[in-house]
Amino acid sequence: MAESDILTQTIHEIVQRHGGAPTRLLQILRDVQDRLTWLSPETMDRVAEELDLSPIKVRGVAEFYSFLYTAPRGSYDVLFSDNITDRMLGNRELLHYLCDRLGVHVGETRADGRVTVGTTSCTGMCDQGPAALVNGHALTRLDKPRLDRIVELVNRQTPLTEWPREFFEVASNIRRADILLGRHFADGAALRAVLKRRPEAILEEMVKSGLRGQGGAGFKSAAKWISCRNAPGEEKYVVCNADEGEPGTFKDRVLMQDFADLVFEGMTLCGRVIGARQGFVYLRGEYRYLLPSLQAHLQRRREVGLLGSDILGEPGFDFDIDIHLGAGAYVCGEESALIESLEGKHGVPRIRPPFPTTHGYLNQPTVVNNVETFAAAAKIAVEGGAWFASRGTAESKGTKLLSLSGDCERPGIYEYPFGVTVRRVLEDCGARDAQGIQMAGPAGHMISARQFDRRICFEDLATGGSFMVFSHRRDILDGVRNFAHFFVHESCGFCTPCRVGTSLLRDLVTKVHTGHGTRYDLEEMRKLGRIMQVACHCGLGQTAPNPVLDSLDQFPEAWERRLRSTAFEPAFDLDAALEQARQLTGRSDPDAYLREEELMLGAMP
Amino acid sequence: MSEDQSFMLDGRRVPFQDGQTVMTAALAAGIYIPHLCFNPEFAPHGSCRVCLVKVNGRVQAACATPAASGQIVQNETGELREIRRGILQMLFVEGNHVCPACEKSGACQLQAVAYYVGMLAPHYTHFYPRRPVDASHPEAVIDFNRCILCELCVRASRDVDGKNIFAVQGRGIQAHLVVNTTSGKLGATDFSLADKAAQVCPTGAILTKHRGYEIPIGQRLYDRKPISVVGDVATVAESKGGRRHE
Repeated sequence: MAESDILTQTIHEIVQRHGGAPTRLLQILRDVQDRLTWLSPETMDRVAEELDLSPIKVRGVAEFYSFLYTAPRGSYDVLFSDNITDRMLGNRELLHYLCDRLGVHVGETRADGRVTVGTTSCTGMCDQGPAALVNGHALTRLDKPRLDRIVELVNRQTPLTEWPREFFEVASNIRRADILLGRHFADGAALRAVLKRRPEAILEEMVKSGLRGQGGAGFKSAAKWISCRNAPGEEKYVVCNADEGEPGTFKDRVLMQDFADLVFEGMTLCGRVIGARQGFVYLRGEYRYLLPSLQAHLQRRREVGLLGSDILGEPGFDFDIDIHLGAGAYVCGEESALIESLEGKHGVPRIRPPFPTTHGYLNQPTVVNNVETFAAAAKIAVEGGAWFASRGTAESKGTKLLSLSGDCERPGIYEYPFGVTVRRVLEDCGARDAQGIQMAGPAGHMISARQFDRRICFEDLATGGSFMVFSHRRDILDGVRNFAHFFVHESCGFCTPCRVGTSLLRDLVTKVHTGHGTRYDLEEMRKLGRIMQVACHCGLGQTAPNPVLDSLDQFPEAWERRLRSTAFEPAFDLDAALEQARQLTGRSDPDAYLREEELMLGAMP
Repeated sequence: MSEDQSFMLDGRRVPFQDGQTVMTAALAAGIYIPHLCFNPEFAPHGSCRVCLVKVNGRVQAACATPAASGQIVQNETGELREIRRGILQMLFVEGNHVCPACEKSGACQLQAVAYYVGMLAPHYTHFYPRRPVDASHPEAVIDFNRCILCELCVRASRDVDGKNIFAVQGRGIQAHLVVNTTSGKLGATDFSLADKAAQVCPTGAILTKHRGYEIPIGQRLYDRKPISVVGDVATVAESKGGRRHE
């Protein structure tokens, strides 16, 4: 067969496997890339043909997601997780070490096409970093000996399936369990409860429980379910948001790894309550290693009558769950962007209202809840709302899973009743020398030691679960700069203030961090940050300036010690700007360069 | 049922009908809310964020906010003017907008809105992106340097012309306008000056070839009256210096 025929055949098979559905476009492109290592223009055109889509649409999707490649990539694609917690664990040194050993530059593919080494946003392994992905599979606890082995494996072209299993081991590290993680749950108990007590009674328990969105937004879960249940629609959908992209959080990974049945049960329960027959798990691409075990769980549930048709023998209780894999786009954690992605499009947040509960997946009523929320809902159906509400505070009932990482002795998952103080958490995880916490990730809040008596709950410090500890050894600005880069990379580009503002903010942070900033620049950052907070289209842009604004308030000394004493310093480097002219004229003599003193003199009147 | 519906905008009562947004109701009442990606002939897009107003104390895009009875809307305030000015400044440094050297100067909505919100300089550090000009089409030229990603040409070509010639690709600051052909050139498409997509650009990104400077500077669309009085370039007839096809 000719090469182009093989390509056509390969793509045809993959598209058919996905039922030829355009909503599966992202999944199809992932599978095609798995086979071909990258998506060439020809490949994308074939996919478009097979799906009867415009080629430009397919390219638009391919260009949007970080893990889809429209340029050739090595057969081994190594991406170092570049969260601040990975940096604390020395990932930059390891990154350069690996590049040196492999003879490749960061972000580039080796000439023989064998390997590419780059970086990516937090892969959710902060408690067992430095971490990386190789062809999308999670690597943990990297160190030089491990990298030496990887260099050998790559150079010998050893297939990933034959790499040592321990490289891919992901520990759960559950350090503290309360009602969600600690109590036994019998499979099917929540579904039996809804069949016995009717959906109305379960909704009453949900209302009583006071359960709020555990992704961090804190919307009342019962209100979402009721709104969706009452919304007119031909079909209704249940979506589990497992796109856990907030740097520093990994509790959903642990729930999907150790408590998948509880989560699936919560989704099925929701399906029964709102009248949906189809559920989706939107699993972040970084967690693809979980896919086989999750599929096995789903299959087992079908076999024992907890999923599929006539669940638990109840005629008409039909519900099934499909897993969609993301492809490296933090913005898809926003529920309307997630739905767009689920429909096979690029993940740009929708205009709201209307909200997903009335106009969600395929414009039909849809409940989108976080992984932890579904797990809690399943327990509430069995144990009752009052039981859940007996823990927590007035406005924040139940418990919260926290993902602890950074400078502490025992990183991992901690479950606390809402209302726990920051100080208590720090004591439990062995963070003796904390100068500050990045709470709820870069989109959350940076707090200093003066605020360690604050409580974790929606009334005070709301969080999706990320909790990164900075000891006194750390420069807070390293974190701020890392987060500023993160938001530039993850902005979807739809609205002006986020698309442009994140880059402007990164440049200002870099200017001050590298010792070129003045007081004027700090004020500039404040002004820009305030515009972004109110002007951006979605939560990503609205929260992107938080690390800068919080650190200016909480750690002013970290900024001030970097400032120049002048009132103003230009953002451009005059000497560097002359480089092109030097190259054009072939000048490299000392007189072709400007010295610092000359620049200063030139600036004087 | 809808006759008595109204909201308050800067102290003025604005009536509205079901389905109207704060923007369309204000427009119908003759009130100007600055905007770029909004065009009354198209569904709201909400991306430029220039039309931000305060609705019951919350900053929201007027084009994407459904009008509701009893809303208190603020439009002309110092705070909003400052936010809008910041957004215009961002657009100016993101691309390469050299007004003195642009054929659209004086009839450019971007420039006119910038003046309207009091922007006299771009303020932020220029990005100076390198974006090639596409002059492959016999009748039109695309200068990507001036594109502000409002997606009006994308929407017009797809929804009105049925040609689907344009799209925005890439993520974040890499987002850019592309032409839907293998070569990426406009010349390889069936784009025509009669297309709606040729008439909706609020900047000088899509220009007509073989004509230029027909109306002298000083007599152009926004040279004598502000955009709040003149209206959008896409709604003014070509003979009067606008873009509306006659």
